[in-house]
Amino acid sequence: MQDLNGLLLGYLPIVIFLGIALGFATVMIVAAYLLAPQRPDSEKISAYECGFEAFDDARSRFDVRFYLVAILFIIFDLEVAFLFPWAVALGKIGMLGFWSMMLFLGLLTIGFVYEWKKGALDWE
Amino acid sequence: MILQAIAFYLFAGVTVASAVMVVFARNPVHSVLFLILAFFNAAGLFVLLGAEFIAMILVIVYVGAVAVLFLFVVMMLNIDFKAMREGFVSNAPIGVIIGFILIVELLLLVGGWTIQAPAIGAIATPIPPINEVTNTEALGHVLYTKYIYLFQAAGMILLLAMVGAIVLTHRTRPGIKRQVIADQIAKGHMDTVSVQKVPSRSGV
Repeated sequence: MQDLNGLLLGYLPIVIFLGIALGFATVMIVAAYLLAPQRPDSEKISAYECGFEAFDDARSRFDVRFYLVAILFIIFDLEVAFLFPWAVALGKIGMLGFWSMMLFLGLLTIGFVYEWKKGALDWE
Repeated sequence: MILQAIAFYLFAGVTVASAVMVVFARNPVHSVLFLILAFFNAAGLFVLLGAEFIAMILVIVYVGAVAVLFLFVVMMLNIDFKAMREGFVSNAPIGVIIGFILIVELLLLVGGWTIQAPAIGAIATPIPPINEVTNTEALGHVLYTKYIYLFQAAGMILLLAMVGAIVLTHRTRPGIKRQVIADQIAKGHMDTVSVQKVPSRSGV
């Protein structure tokens, strides 16, 4: 259990950082609320002169192409996730480990060539 | 260690609370944002367990990619809040019954779950202690050599997902003019300019 504590102590700066960030944000909001003069006016929250009133809901449907881009991003994201342990352990896993990753990357390169040729990366 | 306990209950509490909010939030986009919060706190729980690599992957893959995908799915659907809540009362009894059955099943499963001692002994690759080998390195030692078939199967699945996503959602739109740079460069003056023989006292 001792080594786990050592690992977690490494995360202490992040916790301190988060605490400071949270405190800072809270102080900003609370101070703005307490100190700033507040004279609410309906004109202040209405659209500015040169803008027009919103005439439609912003929640319209998206094109399915955004979805395709997101899926392709996830796949390459996962590929990179597989690369991290490989890069760290590369010195110990020998030729088999190296070529197994090359095969994996080759497979995904086939997919990449396919999507390039299909035009899935072109927007219009 | 008291700090560890505080951190655990904080992460666990926020995870459960945001998971509840995923279900109860009125706006589906807010649900997705609460889901992201739940992912972050689950990552914190993994760090507390010492599983650093999984925690980081949770942040990279789930928060970075899957949550964006969920957002797109939510925005792709035509969200009509009134229509969504329409049959709430009439469908509520069925929902309650199904939820009840599910929770009874889960309780029976988890309640009767015992890990046999031989099963722990039969773990194929014991986890090395954290202070000797980092999490990521320990994973790297076995994933690419010992579990090479599973690793390649993962590659196949990713390839399949890529091809499947393209086949399902990609369609070429006809009549779109694209810039073809090679054609532009290859174009000579002979293609664009021509010399006309103009007879005198008349136009072209």
